[in-house]
Amino acid sequence: MSMTNRLKVDRRDGKLVMAHFYVAFISLAIGGLAGLLQVLVRSGMFVLPAGIGYYQLLTLHGVVLALVLTTYFIMGFQIAAVSRTSGTLTSKQRKIGWTGFVIMTIGTILAAVMILLNEATVLYTFYAPLQAHSIFYIGLTLVIVGSWLGSAVILLKYRQWRKENHKQTSPLITFMAVVNSIMWIVATIGVAATVLLQLLPWSLGLVETINVGVSRTLFWYFGHPLVYFWLLPAYMAWYVIIPKIIGAKIFSDSLARFSFILFLLFSIPVGFHHQLMEPGIDASWKFIQVVLTFLVIIPSLMTAFSLFATFESYGRSKGAKGLFGWFKKLPWKDARFVVPFIGMVAFIPGGAGGIINASNQMNQVVHNTIWVTGHFHLTVATAVLLTFFGISYWLIPHLTGRTLTKAMNNLAITQGILWAVGMTFMSGAMHAAGLLGAPRRSSFSEYGGASIAAEWIPYQVAQAVGGSILFLSIILMLYIIINLAFFAPKGEQDFPIGEIAETAEKTPKILENWKIWIGITVLLILFAYTIPFIDMFHHAPPGSKGYKLW
Amino acid sequence: MHMHKFEKIWLIFGVASLIVFLSVLGVSAFHQGHHPSSWSNIIDPEQVDETKPFDEPGLKKVEGKEWDYELVFVASAFLYAPSEVQIPLGSTVKIIATTKDVIHGFQIPGSNVNMMLEPGYIVEYITTLNQPGEFLVLCNEYCGVGHHMMTSKIEVVES
Amino acid sequence: MAQTQKSEIQDEKVEKEPTLLGAFTAVMIVGLFIIITWAGVFILFNQRF
Repeated sequence: MSMTNRLKVDRRDGKLVMAHFYVAFISLAIGGLAGLLQVLVRSGMFVLPAGIGYYQLLTLHGVVLALVLTTYFIMGFQIAAVSRTSGTLTSKQRKIGWTGFVIMTIGTILAAVMILLNEATVLYTFYAPLQAHSIFYIGLTLVIVGSWLGSAVILLKYRQWRKENHKQTSPLITFMAVVNSIMWIVATIGVAATVLLQLLPWSLGLVETINVGVSRTLFWYFGHPLVYFWLLPAYMAWYVIIPKIIGAKIFSDSLARFSFILFLLFSIPVGFHHQLMEPGIDASWKFIQVVLTFLVIIPSLMTAFSLFATFESYGRSKGAKGLFGWFKKLPWKDARFVVPFIGMVAFIPGGAGGIINASNQMNQVVHNTIWVTGHFHLTVATAVLLTFFGISYWLIPHLTGRTLTKAMNNLAITQGILWAVGMTFMSGAMHAAGLLGAPRRSSFSEYGGASIAAEWIPYQVAQAVGGSILFLSIILMLYIIINLAFFAPKGEQDFPIGEIAETAEKTPKILENWKIWIGITVLLILFAYTIPFIDMFHHAPPGSKGYKLW
Repeated sequence: MHMHKFEKIWLIFGVASLIVFLSVLGVSAFHQGHHPSSWSNIIDPEQVDETKPFDEPGLKKVEGKEWDYELVFVASAFLYAPSEVQIPLGSTVKIIATTKDVIHGFQIPGSNVNMMLEPGYIVEYITTLNQPGEFLVLCNEYCGVGHHMMTSKIEVVES
Repeated sequence: MAQTQKSEIQDEKVEKEPTLLGAFTAVMIVGLFIIITWAGVFILFNQRF
């Protein structure tokens, strides 16, 4: 295969990627609108027009943004990155990719229809014993099965590349997509198990009751790696794409791969840190998983250093002087850098908040308060999402044979800044109100006139202001995306892939020894879950029948 | 794998900080007893009203225990029993709670009392009410259309 | 191909470490931020009943 072929994503692969992106951005529009209405309701100054429930809207917001937007964007981006660096998909691989897309989309439509019919107002975490319509669970199953096919495309391409290249070190971004795909497959086994073995038979009436504790544990076995499944594609862009955009080299190929391996190992056996406040799990096992959760912080510490090091090395190569002189040398007029950079900054308070959330008993201060909502709007809804936007600004024109014009570039920077401003208000107010005890996932309420609840209302107004600014930013984003997909001038938009710094050492072979890494992953999961999970069965209370309380 | 000298220092510093965090948490949780509500007894969620102590929700004085009172709460969509309770200031209370239907939360905003009530499980939490005043109890886990209306009130009064 | 290029480059061993004092200072500021916020919430936890 020639060099030029490699620099561009093949048009046929591009169509597959764009199909994923269309669904992702339609979801963004729907979910963003739902989010706007939610913050307005919670300000206490707006009542939803008859027939729409706050919790129905909240379910829609969570499902289309946290589950649909992210999964579709990630599947599309990973396929594009692998096609670009490891070669065009074979027609068989592409067929698997399309099959996955179709299955996911059928599932998404089924789930969405059930939400709109108010048959599935169970929020995106669908905790039993609230019972949605069985078609909602079938829809979710199809989304997961479809995503397995999308992941299979990545793994097949990788295997083919390794075979054709005599087991040389694979392209970095392909390796990263492989790690994320493996993590996704291992993690989704948990949610597939609770949906297929528990929720679906129960909602169909085949069994009368459900074991709530087991169901929640299987959900959160999936739920934490889910957030890393969102984060790792952003890290791929930060490690591999951002250096090329600013004109620098990748700081260290081996350390980048090593950090991804650590994410694979420690993202999964940590689900209990979402269940710290609940009964049925021994305090010691909770603490063990807290310790494992802290281990997954380490690769993010490595990433932080690596990014700053890339920026500093580049700035110094351009003659920057002083301790922070390099900062000024960064390309502050390039949206492909600036928009993801805002995301990186947001990840600092996002990560700090995450450490607090995971800190065992300290979780009592913030559990199920709106602090948590503020937290993940910094991590997934800013760090990850702005990086995805930043990727879209060059990847969509790359795939559609168009270019990002100067005017669109500037609009994109405005979009990122608006997001930063809106999110500072919204997430900041959420963090503050959460520390004062304001609950998440709740419609507007004065809580019987309690004085503490009155303290929360000014923060809720600030959230509405921030949320409105964010909605403007979404409109701007969609306008740019439509321009880049259909109207921007024809041309060649580069797909930036960073090169390894000359000073970097050779990448150790062991990093691609999957038997070792998958083996350790499985052992860690067995260690963290086996005993508490068996306990849940041994000391199981009578099961719960289903409730539809909306 | 080669690592820059500063990256090594940074990682040593970072990991050491995490170890300090975990040690502080471990001592506070396991030595000083600041555990979140965890492993618990079970109950038939359909028989809550007939099962002791939930047949009589509310405050009960107890003798010879490490706590002065037991405060029994039963949650169901969308209310708590009792809906209001008075407790003498400075008393040590064991909150005992469960749910009759779906998952509910049990949170006293502004305090560390924050627990998940899951059907079939009895949750317990011991605390000393050392601030006078009215405290709100609210449901912080989505339970249905009336979720945000689900409250109770604890009044801590000087005896 | 990109891969052969890369391995050639990697054969040259590291000569001297680049100056990264700015990056180091930046991450240490991040570290202090994490410690301060964590300690703040821990104090809040200890003050509440």
